[in-house]
Amino acid sequence: MMRSPAGTKRWLLLAVLAAFAVSFFSAQFNRYYLGIAIDIGINIILAVSLNLINGHTGQFSLGHAGFMAVGAYTAASITLALSRHIAWGAAVPALFLVALLAGGAMAALVGLAVGAPSLRVRGDYLAIVTLGFGEIIRVIFQNMESVGAASGLKGIPAYTNLFWAFGLAAVTVYVVAGLVNSTYGRGFIAVHDDEVAASAMGVNPTRYKVTAFVTGAFFAGVAGGLYAHHKQFLSPTGFDFMKSIDIVVMVILGGMGRTAGVILAAIVLTILPELLRGFASYRMIIYSLLIIALMMTRPQGLFTLGRKTVAVK
Amino acid sequence: MPALLQLARVTIRFGGLTAVSELDLAVGDQDLFGLIGPNGAGKTTVFNLITGVYQPTSGEITFKGNSTAGLKPHQLARLGIARTFQNIRLFASMSVFDNVRTAVQLHRPHGIRDALWRGRGFRAGEAAVEKQVMELLDLFNLSRFREEDAKCLSYGDQRRLEIVRALATRPRLLLLDEPAAGMNPTEKADLSRLVRLVKEKFNIAVLLVEHDMQVVMGICERIAVLDYGVKIAEGTPSEVRTNPKVIEAYLGQETPKA
Repeated sequence: MMRSPAGTKRWLLLAVLAAFAVSFFSAQFNRYYLGIAIDIGINIILAVSLNLINGHTGQFSLGHAGFMAVGAYTAASITLALSRHIAWGAAVPALFLVALLAGGAMAALVGLAVGAPSLRVRGDYLAIVTLGFGEIIRVIFQNMESVGAASGLKGIPAYTNLFWAFGLAAVTVYVVAGLVNSTYGRGFIAVHDDEVAASAMGVNPTRYKVTAFVTGAFFAGVAGGLYAHHKQFLSPTGFDFMKSIDIVVMVILGGMGRTAGVILAAIVLTILPELLRGFASYRMIIYSLLIIALMMTRPQGLFTLGRKTVAVK
Repeated sequence: MPALLQLARVTIRFGGLTAVSELDLAVGDQDLFGLIGPNGAGKTTVFNLITGVYQPTSGEITFKGNSTAGLKPHQLARLGIARTFQNIRLFASMSVFDNVRTAVQLHRPHGIRDALWRGRGFRAGEAAVEKQVMELLDLFNLSRFREEDAKCLSYGDQRRLEIVRALATRPRLLLLDEPAAGMNPTEKADLSRLVRLVKEKFNIAVLLVEHDMQVVMGICERIAVLDYGVKIAEGTPSEVRTNPKVIEAYLGQETPKA
């Protein structure tokens, strides 16, 4: 995070190219590990985007799974509708990109609609309001016949690969870190630290909060689209508030507002449940105990090397 | 020529309580104006009215000749009103440098697009911001704390940093809310020098709220006295000091107690 402003764009390009190169060898990997790797990429997008809202801007949102659902269903509906009669062949990446962006855009729109009224309330109240909105979104999908209602949406093409998952994870990290690590971006942290003082210094708290909310929702939607074309099946129950909590745990464990820590937490918390598969039915108990232990030993977050704030240079 | 800041019959009620009643106040371009009064007299409420935190129940506030009715704090900051807080409100998780940087951004054109694109214009802008911040920190002897967390500074330095942060918004009017609160006599003397320096160097008006009479008498050229939300006196320090109403408000009446 201490890179010079000119260097960051180069890092982004490098990361995307690396994801592209590695994805060429996907066939060499064990399918199980490949699946987990893609899960990690998706979770990094979810956690880093939520970190902009909950960590940097300090607005406790519990609605991230809802935005993810909007993106997932939108992107899946688009690829299903457009690939029914047309063979895309080599143009599949273009179709997928359009579907992902549309999913993100739709989630951002919902984010704007949800955020504008609910960001008037703060703290615990905001958490409950966003929790409510997230549940409403889920229930809407559960009752929408056109996307399979409660029985779920089946037969989504498997377009997501390592390139998409990690390329877009790199873009997410770039956008969130780029926004925050600038003089403009100090406004997010100012709103987090003290809203009254921030507005007295000319920072418009509402604008920053809505910007964080809409940007976060957009990337949650993109992650949803990736998820849909990775699992190839969408069920509304997959987007309940437990999913939101999972993402919140990644942000808290990573150390609110610390991008590197949140990425690490996303990786650890994706792998951990898989490592514990051997414990069968005790798995979730052990997983929860490990989270408690981690939180008690490292309340400041997993990874706190380097400052949260970055100088101009 | 109207005064820089003008309050005309400004009243605010919270439920049944009239916190400020029919207050008239005029602060000129170059004034060092003091607003004093016992605890609970409504001084901070006046600040919150001027900075848009509260809207007056009745009466009108004008700044640079324009009504401020309906304007939010961040809009008033843009117009040129900056303030400090009675209970220090620095951005606790930020460095000293970033605290000032946040305030400097008010007059910078860079937004989301520049922050993401990071082109030449953005880099030049960020360099200009850094220069501006460092100039301010140098002027107030805070540059050696540049990368320290703001919350780690000593109490006096935190108060100073709050003033620097307010100045970084390039105000026309600086409101200082009890800047001497909790300070020892040496720090108070330093503060008086600092306020005068600010006024000379930045050529701005200063409105100071304080209940420490010594500090106000030492700094201000003009003083208004508030008691239970009503202005009971206004004048030069020596006029106010000898005003019987003021003495009564601070010390009580000269009648034997029951």
